[in-house]
Amino acid sequence: MSDTTQKNKSLPNEIKLNKTGDTPVIQVGHSPHLSDASFTTRRMMIDVLIALLPVIGMSVYMFQMYAVRQMLICLAACLLAEATFIKMRGRSFTLPDCSAAVTGIILGLSLPATAPWYVGVIASVVAIGIGKVIFGGLGMNLFNPAMVGRAFVMIAFAGVMAASGYESIHTGIDALTQATPLNAFKQMGISTPLKDLFFGFTNGSPGEISALACLTGGIYLCIRRTASWEIPAGIIAVVMVMAGLTNVLGDAPDWTILHHLFSGALLFGAFFIATDPVTSPLTAKGKFIFGAGIGFFIMVLRLFSGYPEGVMFAVLLMNALTPLINRWSIPKAMGE
Amino acid sequence: MKLENYEGNNTFPKGVHPPERKHFSANAPIEVIPTPKEVIIPLQQHIGAPCKPLVKPKQEVSYGDLIGDNEAFISAKLHSPVFGVIQKMAVTTLPNGRHGPAIRIKANDKQFTDEEIYRELMGGRWTRDVAEYDPNEVTRAINNAGIVGLGGAAFPTHVKIAPGKKPVDTLLVNGCECEPYLTADDRLMRDIPDTIISGALLSRLAVGIKNIVIGIEENKPKAIESIRKAATGTDIKIAVLKTKYPQGSEKHLIKAILNRVVPMGGLPADVGVAVSNVTTMTAVARAVIRKMPLTHRVVCVTGGGIVQPKNLLVPFGITYRALIDFCGGLTKDAARILSGGPMMGFSFSDLDMPLTKGTGGVTVLTHDDIKKEQETACVRCGRCVDVCPMNLVPARLAAASQHRDLAMAEKYKIRGCIECGCCAYVCPAGIPLVQRIRVGKALIMANKSKK
Repeated sequence: MSDTTQKNKSLPNEIKLNKTGDTPVIQVGHSPHLSDASFTTRRMMIDVLIALLPVIGMSVYMFQMYAVRQMLICLAACLLAEATFIKMRGRSFTLPDCSAAVTGIILGLSLPATAPWYVGVIASVVAIGIGKVIFGGLGMNLFNPAMVGRAFVMIAFAGVMAASGYESIHTGIDALTQATPLNAFKQMGISTPLKDLFFGFTNGSPGEISALACLTGGIYLCIRRTASWEIPAGIIAVVMVMAGLTNVLGDAPDWTILHHLFSGALLFGAFFIATDPVTSPLTAKGKFIFGAGIGFFIMVLRLFSGYPEGVMFAVLLMNALTPLINRWSIPKAMGE
Repeated sequence: MKLENYEGNNTFPKGVHPPERKHFSANAPIEVIPTPKEVIIPLQQHIGAPCKPLVKPKQEVSYGDLIGDNEAFISAKLHSPVFGVIQKMAVTTLPNGRHGPAIRIKANDKQFTDEEIYRELMGGRWTRDVAEYDPNEVTRAINNAGIVGLGGAAFPTHVKIAPGKKPVDTLLVNGCECEPYLTADDRLMRDIPDTIISGALLSRLAVGIKNIVIGIEENKPKAIESIRKAATGTDIKIAVLKTKYPQGSEKHLIKAILNRVVPMGGLPADVGVAVSNVTTMTAVARAVIRKMPLTHRVVCVTGGGIVQPKNLLVPFGITYRALIDFCGGLTKDAARILSGGPMMGFSFSDLDMPLTKGTGGVTVLTHDDIKKEQETACVRCGRCVDVCPMNLVPARLAAASQHRDLAMAEKYKIRGCIECGCCAYVCPAGIPLVQRIRVGKALIMANKSKK
């Protein structure tokens, strides 16, 4: 043994040693020398894709080819945009981390299924390029990339993206002929049955329609600790309180707390968009504050703005506050 | 099982569960390694002032002769572990990077036999009737034997038990051994529990306090049973702690058993506690009852990279090479040799380094063990925050250290970090968090000493 280790030290490189086969190759490194291989960034992204399966299933069931088409357009455009922009920056290839795929699918699920192809493509390019790579790529972006892309097309293609843009009579799909539940309520005071909201037999962005699908995937993410439960908990808690007050004090007794929770993008946003680790705070306390802030802005926008829904702007607003929240929520160290 | 009259709930918040892998060496009883031909005794093996050599080249020494000392209070004496002749002074580097002079001793042909060593250091009867001993005499014996904390920190024990300004009420004996792989403490508790009990009773006498609690993680049922049996008839309590890393950290041991929190930058004495490792207790018993200096210790040589993992009673100053050779050498896929365990141990490449007082294990990991994903960007998932046993924000500390933003590092309380490595263990992006934090701490220390 003593001979062989002596040899190791004098040999110039490891490759040579590996070829000999029976000589141990000794390396040095810093502690800890073990690492938990079961949980990697890539695995987190794959977790999100797995959790999205029920949501994707429900959207395909309701909108059929329209949903499939929109998701494929956004997925392809996001992957292509990521590869192109990363290459332009001279960084190493990042597609295997699956983060661009997650952005693509979430974007595809949050645009109207009937939106023209170029809307999806432009949203994807903006999401990846301006939303992410410009800041330095995965981990460095301030704002949720998918929401940056969606906000851009929402303003650029106001007609297509407005609440009325979701309605389309020539598709042969029933859901698409109805107004979205939130718009029907905002414009005409019509309250959609809770059962339809819960299972997802309504019009809307493909990802948001089914509360059940969002809850199923979301709970999986929280159990895996890929998403932090504190964020959806904060959102849901504040929305429940504010919706309860509105329900009691306001003039719409038909639109209950559960209508607020199950309609629009609330649960989809709470579990899949707000929980993006990069753009949310680091500590448990910070995450809850972040969630509560989103819940607050969602309710303010729903109740007082011209838009029927406010998840996207609420998330972007709180993304901007994340560095501040991090500063406020430094945990107390043990013994401090 | 909660201890009566104790506030702790036998665990602490956060932490991680690395694979335990104690099976490599847990069933190997302690063996004596043959006395080596030469030992190398570094003058500084402890925290505090380095020793000055008391011997000259060519001088003959016997086993147990004092060969190094320093009159400073915080220091620990050195003794010869063999019969032999002093050689020219050497300079050695230890696995932890400490570099300094060392005394080399060439061993004579005539040494204690392995049986004699085992009998003297481990065997025979160990009294539990300690009333006949004078507390001052105990302290003096500990000082004269050169005993340091054998759990790893190597802080001189006579300093720890010296009566301070703060009243101490409880002695916690640390038998957690929360590092994966290592089994030296486990084996001591199973093979010579009486020595540990004896040492604990003597230490209590020296500190002049009432309570003794021995904390053992629940993954060592045989050690728990053995210690419990040995402790019957005494008022020593045994706390069975949840298996979680880093339960063996003294701050977390105090939290788990007594629910007291050591203030940041403070010592266990600040909350009325003295903490000592089980191996240290055996050294105390030996020093007081048999007047034996600290010359040997039990070391666990283990891991998938060792042909035949063992628990060995070895003299200080023996080379790592001798230990590994005695255990059948390295396997083909051995990849990393550590002084200590895989979570906090130091990796090194020079097998001719000597073993010192603070080292209780040699772990050899395989290529599969150390396989690691390439480092990617931090996605701020907060896993490191979820596991940090000191409740810090490792991602922030590492980023601040990397960018030399020392003000930010201080704001996030970098000095609270105990460098346990939980953060780097869990990081999904494979970021060497604790490594960066260590650099940050070193920079802050360097800055302070400049001022």
